Amino acid sequence: MRRFDYYQPKSLEEASALMADLGSEASIIAGGTDLLVEIKEELRKPRHVVDIKKIPGLRDYSYDAETGLRFGALVTARDLEIWAPVIEHYPNLRTAVAALGSIQVRNRATVVGNVCRASPSADTIPPLIADGASLSVYNRGDERQIPIEDLFTGPGRTVLVPGDIVTGISVPPSRPQSGRAYIKHGRRKAMELATVGVAVSLERDGDTCTEIRIALGAVAPTPIRARNAEALLRGRAIDPAAFTAIADAAMAESTPISNVRASAAYRRDMVGVLTRRAIGQAMGGV
Amino acid sequence: MTRIVTMTVNGQEHELPSPANRTLLDVLRSEGGLTGTKKGCDVGDCGACTIIMDGKPVNACLVLAVEAEGADILTIEGLQHAPDRPHLLQEKFMEHGGAQCGFCTPGIVMMAKALLDETPAPSEDEIRFALAGNICRCTGYTKIIEAVQSAAEELNKARAQ
Ligand SMILES: Cc1cc2nc3c(=O)[nH]c(=O)nc-3n(C[C@@H](O)[C@@H](O)[C@H](O)COP(=O)(O)OP(=O)(O)OC[C@H]3O[C@@H](n4cnc5c(N)ncnc54)[C@H](O)[C@@H]3O)c2cc1C
Ligand code: FES
Ligand code: FES
Repeated sequence: MRRFDYYQPKSLEEASALMADLGSEASIIAGGTDLLVEIKEELRKPRHVVDIKKIPGLRDYSYDAETGLRFGALVTARDLEIWAPVIEHYPNLRTAVAALGSIQVRNRATVVGNVCRASPSADTIPPLIADGASLSVYNRGDERQIPIEDLFTGPGRTVLVPGDIVTGISVPPSRPQSGRAYIKHGRRKAMELATVGVAVSLERDGDTCTEIRIALGAVAPTPIRARNAEALLRGRAIDPAAFTAIADAAMAESTPISNVRASAAYRRDMVGVLTRRAIGQAMGGV
Repeated sequence: MTRIVTMTVNGQEHELPSPANRTLLDVLRSEGGLTGTKKGCDVGDCGACTIIMDGKPVNACLVLAVEAEGADILTIEGLQHAPDRPHLLQEKFMEHGGAQCGFCTPGIVMMAKALLDETPAPSEDEIRFALAGNICRCTGYTKIIEAVQSAAEELNKARAQ
């Protein structure tokens, strides 16, 4: 591996000031499952690596029926995978974390790191967008919230600036009569990046769909919302006869590429199939 | 920038010199002389480097040695009771032919140990799920799964007595 200097700040203030000083040649390391692979493969060449694991308070996670789910920047995919409130209330996020790499990877990989890496195929991003989750960001004394939906500007690129340390993620609570699903599509069951990922979160009042969010992974330069598809269902009676039009709208909104994992045409077709299936699963949860 | 990293490896405290850009895997193997932990892919895909760090199975190739300061580490060398008394899992792998070339075996045995610590009576599906990050090019996995099942049965019998 290339050489770099290694820092272990003991507080957010210290980490943020250090990152701002070191500028673009510095990288934060949390679990390192992306960063170390990228350094080894020479996709990234940071001169400074700033480890945030000695900063207190970033490992907490909590769930409250009123305020929802909140977890810190050092909470791993595996922590959430085996935690009862996530299994019970966020089956979409649960599916995503349980399908991310291997148990060994999940014991290191943080969910915040998965989001910050901004890969179009990252598994945790579609369910977090569909649930309306937001990031808490600290920068030299200031704190702000960024809806995860607004974070991405391109593959591997975000609106974060030097000095920004993401401290955690908040996910709104599940309302009564709400349902959530995430479907990861790949060529095999495990150790596979998503060919297509579809997340649906919806709420209903009797037969009417009062709110719906559909998020698609791996079919555009960033994870995206399928807003035209959502609009065909929001505020309307849930009618399976309309599902074909909804699936078509989601397909039209995706702009996939062809790569070793799948062709663009196949990805677009699967967006249709999986959007329909994910709506069905999410309704089953209502 | 080389640091002296202090960690407990297989119950013994070790002080290992580690430049920042060296992985725990390389330091355990080279500076620590513990070559039982294997390097297959070096990027988290194969599981040959699986060790148990603070109670959790991880890929040693995706941990920097400097990140292991103060950690409690168990490698395959720490599993046996004595040089001539292998761990039950090791015995079962021998009995069932769960190892052929043996390169994946230390990682798989460590992962199986982590599984049985958490789930003493795993189903076949649970074993396959737990071993998803460990690649074996020789056995076809069936014998590995039989070895883990048989170790679990024996452990549970011993516990019941
Ligand atoms: C074998 C293997 C299989 C995998 N399979 C999958 C898969 O199936 N699905 C999937 O989605 N991913 C997969 N991944 C990638 C996944 O492990 C990572 O995306 C992981 O979740 C990133 O978290 P980390 O803590 O390891 O991040 P790191 O590698 O430490 O960091 C990732 C990026 O986020 C930045 N960052 C981290 N924390 C913060 C913070 N608090 N504030 C600001 N920036 C931050 C870092 O600077 C870096 O750019 C796999 C990885 C491996 C090695
Ligand atoms: S060598 Fe670490 S997973 Fe392959
Ligand atoms: S026994 Fe040869 S790789 Fe598994």
